[in-house]
Amino acid sequence: MIPIEEIYSDPRIKENLNACINCGVCTAICPASDYYDYEPRYVIKILLSKDENELEQLLSSDYIWYCGQCMSCKARCPRENAPGVAISALRYWSQKLGLFVKSKMGRNQIIIKQTIGQNIYDLGYCVHPSKVTREAHPEQGPVWEWIFNNREKAYSLVNVNIDREGPGPVRKISDKVMNEIHSILNGTGAVDFWDQIETSVNEYKNYHKNE
Amino acid sequence: MDANIKVSINRIYWSEYIKEIPRDNYFFFRSCIRQTFFPGAEQMFLNILSKNLNLNYKDDPDLTTCTGIGYHSDIIPLETVHTMVARHFSLMNESGYSNFVISCVTTFGVMTEALNMWHEFPETLEKTIENLYKTTKRTFELPKTIAHASDIIYLYRDEIAKQCIYKLINKKTGQPLKGVDHVGCHYAKIFPQHGVGGAEFPKVLSEMIKSWGGEVIDYPARRHCCGFGFRQYFIKETRGYSLTHSQVKFESMEPYQPDFIITNCPGCNMFMDRWQYVIQETTGKVYSVDGNGIPVLTYEEVAAILLGYDPIEIGLFMHQTDVLPLLEKIGVEFDKDRYLSLRSQCIKK
Repeated sequence: MIPIEEIYSDPRIKENLNACINCGVCTAICPASDYYDYEPRYVIKILLSKDENELEQLLSSDYIWYCGQCMSCKARCPRENAPGVAISALRYWSQKLGLFVKSKMGRNQIIIKQTIGQNIYDLGYCVHPSKVTREAHPEQGPVWEWIFNNREKAYSLVNVNIDREGPGPVRKISDKVMNEIHSILNGTGAVDFWDQIETSVNEYKNYHKNE
Repeated sequence: MDANIKVSINRIYWSEYIKEIPRDNYFFFRSCIRQTFFPGAEQMFLNILSKNLNLNYKDDPDLTTCTGIGYHSDIIPLETVHTMVARHFSLMNESGYSNFVISCVTTFGVMTEALNMWHEFPETLEKTIENLYKTTKRTFELPKTIAHASDIIYLYRDEIAKQCIYKLINKKTGQPLKGVDHVGCHYAKIFPQHGVGGAEFPKVLSEMIKSWGGEVIDYPARRHCCGFGFRQYFIKETRGYSLTHSQVKFESMEPYQPDFIITNCPGCNMFMDRWQYVIQETTGKVYSVDGNGIPVLTYEEVAAILLGYDPIEIGLFMHQTDVLPLLEKIGVEFDKDRYLSLRSQCIKK
């Protein structure tokens, strides 16, 4: 059983089913539809049906993880709905209910948690120069590799005091500010959400380790 | 009949998407990606505001990430991102500012979405007020205006043109340089009324090209996403999603042989710069006849070049796809030996 009323009360779902007739314009413009066997129209069709079993299957599948969140769908929808925003809500509920571990793409959320999530918690940035390594990002190329290995020099050439307190790019965020950020991340459920992602994926891996 | 249709189209589109852009006193919000990959661009934006346009801004060290990348990669709950946005508005209130100016297109989208949701669903605003106070003892008021940093350069594009010592003109041929624009998806696709020209007729960058002497090239995939895809890029096994969509754009613009690409989104700028390198390494394909690739620049970088700032101080050496061919076409006078020496260290295998 999934908490269907709670899911449908999420404003991101409520505000993006307005007068939808499942015309498929969202699918026509969707870059993810070019790349994957994917249609945002299908996601919205299931949401419109309010079929609990179908919705649970959707939340347990790879399907909701194909969207690239560009929101091109919103720009073209004749009803000004944003299927991409509704998908954000579905991804939240998939993780909240632990259903995401049934999907290989869903389980990859642990990678996002361990990179972007960790950057936010440790540094106050989603992306930081010290974390974009060649191993993780070979596509960044040799110029970035030189910058990465010579950060102090490279950033000083553009008048940036990297990792120092005070205003400016890639400054060190003060401990006082980081305490506020930690308080928000803890007090609004982000840290519990991350723990749940990590625990669910680890439990899934342990359960399936002999397969 | 045809004439009537044309009048109607002109009236419906474009005129509806002229937004209010604040003229001064900006509370500046930095971008995680731009600070990391093109930090000189943000520095140039602030230099242009203060030194060239004599405008006032606040660069507050207590600002942090908006968590927008985490939100769109689905690890940040809605209540968290809303509370983070509210904290940034609280800092703006403390500083006595009310015009929030954002460097990042993802942040711009997150903040316009939060403002819209707080308006449409007042209970989400109430919850945010409660969460911010509970976690930080802060209160906040909404900004009077919210703008992307490219809106400000768009607003002052003609004033900047008057101060430019170079133009987007090929010094040897006297012909306008051909520029393609790429406007970040979250600038106007979510809320077209927040973007100059809306989602379908983006003017924010193309009007800069025109004001600065260049020629705007319209190409079929102009409004196509760069392919960031958030989690699609961050997870290695789906990174091909990102590469594929940038490639769609390069293939689409190649027949027009653009001299440069101009972007207003930090991520788009990085991806279109780096993916050209990857395509060249993996397939040998180069999208410019000179064998260099098409230089990809932010609007601040283009403005700074034309205003005569030093290319090294702008940070042009930090681009993977070399910007030097564009500098030479414009005829920029600078310490080329120092630039080449730096680049040779960067690309040494």
